[in-house]
Amino acid sequence: MQIVKREGASKKQIILIRLIAIIAAIVVSGIFIVFLGYNPVKVYLNMVSGALGSKIRFRSTLLEMVPLVITSLGILVAFKMKFWNIGGEGQILMGAFAATYIALYVEWIPKPLVIPVMFIVGFLAGGVWGLIPAFFKAKFGANETIMTLMLNYIATQWITYLQYGPWRDPSLKGFAKIANFPDHALLPKVFGIHIGFIISLVLVAFIWWFLKKTKRGFEIAVVGESVSTARYAGMDISRVIILTMLLSGGLCGITGVIQAAGVNKTLTMNVSSGYGFTAVITTYLSGLSAPRVLVVSFLFAILLQGGSYIQSALQIPQAAADVLQGMILFCALGSEFFVRYKVRFSKNNSISSEVK
Amino acid sequence: MIPFLKNALISGTPLTFAILGAMYNEKAGNLNLGIEGMMLLGAVAGFQVAVLSQNPVLALLAAMVFGALGALIYAFLTVTLRTNQSVTGLALTIFGTGLSRFWGKRLMGMTLPESFSKNFRPLSFPFLSKIPVLGPILSVFLEQDLFVYLSYLVVILSGIYLYHTRFGLNLRAVGENTAAADASGISVTLYKYVHILLGGALCGLGGAYLSLVYVPSWQDNITSGRGWIAIALVIFTSWNPYRAFWGAFLFGGLDIVGFRIQTLNLPITINQHFLRMLPYLATILVIIIGSVRKSTSHMPPKDLGNPYFREER
Repeated sequence: MQIVKREGASKKQIILIRLIAIIAAIVVSGIFIVFLGYNPVKVYLNMVSGALGSKIRFRSTLLEMVPLVITSLGILVAFKMKFWNIGGEGQILMGAFAATYIALYVEWIPKPLVIPVMFIVGFLAGGVWGLIPAFFKAKFGANETIMTLMLNYIATQWITYLQYGPWRDPSLKGFAKIANFPDHALLPKVFGIHIGFIISLVLVAFIWWFLKKTKRGFEIAVVGESVSTARYAGMDISRVIILTMLLSGGLCGITGVIQAAGVNKTLTMNVSSGYGFTAVITTYLSGLSAPRVLVVSFLFAILLQGGSYIQSALQIPQAAADVLQGMILFCALGSEFFVRYKVRFSKNNSISSEVK
Repeated sequence: MIPFLKNALISGTPLTFAILGAMYNEKAGNLNLGIEGMMLLGAVAGFQVAVLSQNPVLALLAAMVFGALGALIYAFLTVTLRTNQSVTGLALTIFGTGLSRFWGKRLMGMTLPESFSKNFRPLSFPFLSKIPVLGPILSVFLEQDLFVYLSYLVVILSGIYLYHTRFGLNLRAVGENTAAADASGISVTLYKYVHILLGGALCGLGGAYLSLVYVPSWQDNITSGRGWIAIALVIFTSWNPYRAFWGAFLFGGLDIVGFRIQTLNLPITINQHFLRMLPYLATILVIIIGSVRKSTSHMPPKDLGNPYFREER
């Protein structure tokens, strides 16, 4: 057996490989479902109808999609630069923290301006949380994967501290919770879906344009491809790294604002609930393309929403959906290999005969 | 103070196993973010077998096998199919968390029989209390259960393996410079597989300590982030198995100090949440100082996280 790099697989081949991966995932998961004693076809149909079957269900699927899309865009700009930002969780929490401060503790802002200000400070707070590792990476080459991961825990402890300490709602006795946002700090709704959905679509278009059509976006790709090329072209690499991470963390911060002001109506640990990590996967599976982030996030939202539906419809524990998610991920990841490489099976391959 | 130190050591024991597990992955050049997932797989499998067989040896074996099975998926994807390590590790954590929650549904509320638990009772050496100064210190380490003793054994064997055997030297070569290791005739693929699986087995043991001894019953997400902490502590303890033990001890202490500090009436009060930030801040500082100094002694294996394909060189 011999593995050969595929020189630019054709679009047809790529689509075929991905289709095979999806089918493999469905089959493997189906075996797991049979093993649990259920009919896989019935489970799959229920998942789809649970996510798309009615107006209300479709709406909750879209709501589930919003944080995935925006966080993925944030992760995408960092990954484009080969900056492995796995600190989305922390950046989301810090964005939500700053927005909560505005919503609950700043009273002099005129009410109609409160939400715009929340978005701005949320962007900045998430951005600063992304800036810290970027600064040390740019100046000293410090490892960003670990640092962004560490900053997640610090943000988590910080939010827990606020929840049990200074920001604890005194009106709730014996239950540590931060107060709910006032009405003027909650996101308005359009067709029953908060405006975070529209914001996510706008951001997809913006990031696509930014990366494809602007000089700054181009610089990110160049630094990601080769730092020495970027230096040779006279780019200020430190500045590119720092600005990109401000944008990356800032987008995650916006997710935090939307989840706090649109879904949870307050600051809790649920604001992030793993989106920072799931987004790493959706971004990777989208092949670092903003429009495809939308598609992948939608599929993931169906999986999440359908998973919680089969729990109530078929009494299959929701954890089963996580297992399915894991299996689908493994198959999707594995299929990357066949996009990039060809496997040849021949008894007399040329290389080994040359060596002999 | 002595009871506190004893408890700190107990609380650090799952971390010791997990740090060593993560360390073997990283020594082989793989940054595995699936530690949490493998710990959970080990925890649930160990608990299930303990309930069924009531045999401690079988329970530990099951924990190791399931930790290693999780690692096998990761190794197949990252080493053979060359997928992105971070993404694959995250997928493994999602998978392990989901499977353990699903499996654990039927274990909820079960308790381990007395005949099982008595195997993990702390040993006691009454004569130690008669030795001044040294006695109490020794009692912290010696008056522990056999699972903690197993962690000493694993730490010492790891130290010998890494620094005093040819296999350990080869392993470090794979992590430091994969291409050079390959050129010198070391089977990179074999070394990666063996040590990723070994790491998974150790993570499984770490998880099993939680479900079999520390808690001891099944609860969702029983590891509560210890797998992630272990990934941080590998760096904090600079890929050294002996330091890993002390790092786990220190963090085990920090983990329980929050409860203690409220009962101590200290003149200055430090909030427990800030205390809990300390290990992470320390890890960040270690990374920054290391990269400023460009020192090599406390730095990660050079080829950590870099995929290696011989054909692409």
